Amino acid sequence: MGSITLRQVSKVFGEAKVIPSIDLEINDGEFVVFVGPSGCGKSTLLRLIAGLEDVSGGQILIDGKDVTHAAPAERGLAMVFQSYALYPHMSVRKNIAFPLKMAKMEQSAIDKKVEAAARVLNLTDYLERRPSQLSGGQRQRVAIGRAIVREPSAFLFDEPLSNLDAALRGTMRLEISDLHHQLKTTMVYVTHDQVEAMTMADKIVVLNRGNIEQVGSPLDLYKSPRNLFVAGFIGSPKMNFIDGAYAQSRSARTAGIRPEHLGLSKDSGTWRGTVKVAEHLGADTFLHLDVDGIGPITARCDGEFGAYHGDTVYMTPDESKLHRFDDKGLAIRG
Amino acid sequence: MATQNTKTLARLMMAPSVLLLLVWMIVPLAMTLWFSFQNYNLLNPANVSFTGFFNYEYFYTDPAFFQSIWNTLVIVGGVLLITVVGGIAIALLLDQPIFGQGIVRILVISPFFVMPPVAALIWKNMIMHPGYGVLADIAKFFGLRPVDWFAQYPLFSIVVIVAWQWLPFATLILLTALQSLDGEQKEAAEMDGANFFNRFIYLVLPHLARAITVVILIQTIFLLGVYAEILVTTNGGPGYASTNLAFLIYRTALLGYDVGGASAGGIIAVVLANIVAFFLMRAVGKNLDR
Repeated sequence: MGSITLRQVSKVFGEAKVIPSIDLEINDGEFVVFVGPSGCGKSTLLRLIAGLEDVSGGQILIDGKDVTHAAPAERGLAMVFQSYALYPHMSVRKNIAFPLKMAKMEQSAIDKKVEAAARVLNLTDYLERRPSQLSGGQRQRVAIGRAIVREPSAFLFDEPLSNLDAALRGTMRLEISDLHHQLKTTMVYVTHDQVEAMTMADKIVVLNRGNIEQVGSPLDLYKSPRNLFVAGFIGSPKMNFIDGAYAQSRSARTAGIRPEHLGLSKDSGTWRGTVKVAEHLGADTFLHLDVDGIGPITARCDGEFGAYHGDTVYMTPDESKLHRFDDKGLAIRG
Repeated sequence: MATQNTKTLARLMMAPSVLLLLVWMIVPLAMTLWFSFQNYNLLNPANVSFTGFFNYEYFYTDPAFFQSIWNTLVIVGGVLLITVVGGIAIALLLDQPIFGQGIVRILVISPFFVMPPVAALIWKNMIMHPGYGVLADIAKFFGLRPVDWFAQYPLFSIVVIVAWQWLPFATLILLTALQSLDGEQKEAAEMDGANFFNRFIYLVLPHLARAITVVILIQTIFLLGVYAEILVTTNGGPGYASTNLAFLIYRTALLGYDVGGASAGGIIAVVLANIVAFFLMRAVGKNLDR
C-alpha cells in the first residue's frame, strides 16, 4: 500500500512562500511525476513528503495515516537523490544493507535481501566494490537498490537522471519504468525534463511557482492543456503561440498550434514563411521559420521534406488541433 | 610537465630550493652527530676529544632517561587524545547554525595565536595557581582544598596546557572536513533510519578519517618537542616528573654545559621520533591514500 494525500500543504522559507497551498492525491501503485521549471517548488514538495523539510501548514497523509510530524524514517518511504548520496567508504553491499542494518535486521536476512536486490539491478558482480569504482549508471542502480531493500510503501526520486549522459538517461528511464511494473509500488518522481515526465508517468503534476497548474495523464496534458503555461511546457518542440489578428479571428487572445500540427507544402498553404534554421534529426526535421504577418514559428515535418536555410515554405494549421486561450491565459474549451 | 624540455627546466628551477633544504637539514644533523661522539663541555672548551659511544652510554644511564621518554609519549598521547576527541566535539557544535557563529568561531580559534610561554604563564599564575588561580577559587567555593596542580599532577597539568593550545588547530581542520560532508548523504542516512549516533559512527567519522590523520601527524611532529610550557611552569620537576626528552636535552646542554651529551640525546630523540613516525604511519597512514 502506498497512497499519499496532501491537504493544503504549504511551505515558507523566511519571507519566501515557496509553496502557497497544495492539495494532491497520489493513488497506490501510481507513477506520479512532478515537473516544472527550476525553482517551481517541485523538489521542496518531494522533500516535504519525505519529511526532510517541515511543512509550514497543512497535512500529509500516507495510507490514510497522518505523518505530518513523523520523522523521515518513520514514514516508510525511500528516496533516491540526485547525487545518489551513496556512502563513499562502504562497499556496494554495505550501502544496500545500511537501511536494513539500521532496522536491526538479522545478518542472514540482510544478506538474502541484498543478493536479491543485486540480482534485480544487475549489481551482483559489483557488490564488493566501492561507489567510487562504479560508473554513473551503476551508482544510480546502487542508490535504487538501497531504496528497494527497505520495501517502502512509496519511492521518491529527486531528479535521479540529471547527472547522467543522454544515452544512459534513456536506458535508466526504461529501467525505472520496468522496475515500476515489476514492483507495482507507488513512485513519485521529480524532474524538470518534460520528456522524462511524458515517457514515464501515469500521472503528471505540472508545477509553477509552487502552484499546481494541471494534473493529468501525459496525453491529457498534451491534448488539452488547461492554460498557456502547461501548453508551453509539455511537448517538444514547444507549442507555437500566436497573438493578434489571427487569434482574434478565432475569438481568442492567444492561439496555440503544436509544430507537428502544421501541414507543410512547398507550393501552397495558409501561411508563407522563410526557413531560418532547419534542424535535421533524420526521421524528423524541425524548421524554425519566419512567417509573414505572424512571426517566428516552429514546424515539425518529415525528414524527407528537404527544406534548408532561406527556402520559402507554405503551411496550413490543422484547425481541429488548434488551442485557444483567453485573456487570463486559460484554455477556451469547445 | 608534458615534454622532456619542461621536465628538465622544472628540475633546473627546483634545484636551488632543494639544495638549500638539503643543506639546511644535513648540516645541523651532521654536526649533532659529530658532537655526539666528542667529549665537548663548555666549561672546558679547550679540551675536546673523541670519546666513542661514551656520551650515549652516559645519556642512557641517566636516571631521568627512561622517565623522560615515557613522559614524552604521555604528553604526545594525552594531548592527541584530548585534542582529537575534543576537536570533533567542538567541530560538531560549531557546524550547527547558531547566533553569532562568526564571533564564536574566532573565539574558539584564538588560543592558537597565543604563544606557548605566554599561555603557560597564564595557566600557571591565573588558572592553576593554588593561591589565586581560578581553579583554586572554584575549589574553595565548594569548600574543597585547592589543588596544587604543578606539584601534585605536573605531567597532567602540562598535558592540559598543551592540549588547550592545540585544540583550536584540531577543531579548525576537523570543522572544514565536517563542512565538506555532502548534505544529501546525511539526508539519505536519515531516510535510512539512522539516528544521530549511527549517522556519526557510520557517516561522519569515516568522512573525518583523513582529517583526523592529518591532525594526528602534524600535532605529533610538534608535540614530540614540547619545551616552553615545561620551562615556565614546572621546570621539569618535581624531580623528573615532567621532564620530557626535549627538556632533558636542554638540561644537559645548557644547565650541564655538556654539548657532547646533549648531542647524543638529540640523536636519540631523532631516532625516537622516527620510531614514532613509523608506527604512526602504519596505524593511520592508510587513511591518506584514497
